[in-house]
Amino acid sequence: MSEEVLSGRPIWRDPEFARGSREMVGVSLGIAAWGLVTGVAMAKSGMPLPLSILMSLLVFAGSAQLAALPLIVSGAPVWMVWAIALCVNLRFVIFSAQWRPYFAHLSRWQRMLHGYFTADLNYVVFMSRFPDPKPSPEQRPYFWGGVATNWPAWQLPTLAGLLLADVIPTEWGFGFAGILALLGLLYSLLSDRASCVAAGVACAAAIVTVALPLKLNIVVAIVAAVAVGLLMDHVTPTEAKPVEDNT
Amino acid sequence: MNTWETVIAILGLAVITVGTRGFFLYPDKELPLPAWLKQGLRYAPLAALAAVVAPEVVMTQGHLITTFKDARLYGTLAATLYFFWRRGILGTIVTGTVVLVALRIGLGW
Repeated sequence: MSEEVLSGRPIWRDPEFARGSREMVGVSLGIAAWGLVTGVAMAKSGMPLPLSILMSLLVFAGSAQLAALPLIVSGAPVWMVWAIALCVNLRFVIFSAQWRPYFAHLSRWQRMLHGYFTADLNYVVFMSRFPDPKPSPEQRPYFWGGVATNWPAWQLPTLAGLLLADVIPTEWGFGFAGILALLGLLYSLLSDRASCVAAGVACAAAIVTVALPLKLNIVVAIVAAVAVGLLMDHVTPTEAKPVEDNT
Repeated sequence: MNTWETVIAILGLAVITVGTRGFFLYPDKELPLPAWLKQGLRYAPLAALAAVVAPEVVMTQGHLITTFKDARLYGTLAATLYFFWRRGILGTIVTGTVVLVALRIGLGW
């Protein structure tokens, strides 16, 4: 890869790689607890162990896995399994629009490879490190450093949960650490009044529409929060962020 | 589903992971998004996080909880207080989890 040849050292020797890795450690603890619980849930779903391991390693999307599992086990048609995973993953489509300016200069193969590893945590941690949507040389090592922490922090506890499902006391509730990790990330994104209001609206919308199938309440909450956020940006023009004008 | 159908389902799920996370990364030319939408999308991640977290804290099996004897409430409260005191995510997770597990084991909440 040309960039590494130019800089004369492999990507994992770059100081930004270490930094990206380090800054992922805190949230990864929560993700590890969540992965463990996901592994236990998968083991108890009745799916054969080798298939569960294959799913965890390949799919790499916890909420989609948990949503798809009961359908697979109960023998639902495969299109329904894919439909639910698609809906649960819709937020990643929105995230990918925001990843684009950082990765647009890479080849398509590289872009999709980066995309595969952009889980929720990578997104939030990366975006708080590089809030300005412009490519810079530190971004790729930082990104892969984060992946190097996040991927094993999710996969290894998931495998442990799969293998040790019978002896792990999930009723103690430590799986809630995963939710607390997301909560901490959410708080770190609340930078101004508009974002606080948007988050409040998203909470309310998600709770009110929780009965919707396929986790569509998450999509409703995103649409509601974006609408309210835009409204607030227009009501308080002093806070409006500069955007490139394409017209 | 038999084994091979399950394998196909799993491979499809992996394709969905790549397809959704790479949706706007795939085209070589940027898809034209209106400027207002780009600006509005900055609220999407926090909304997605809020939408995942909120029901997990205050709902059980699709209904709002009706008791204050729920360890999740105090775990979340402790985590929130810690975050706005110290702003560290690791401490937030540890504080909230310790409170929650203690209440669950100690009081059965």
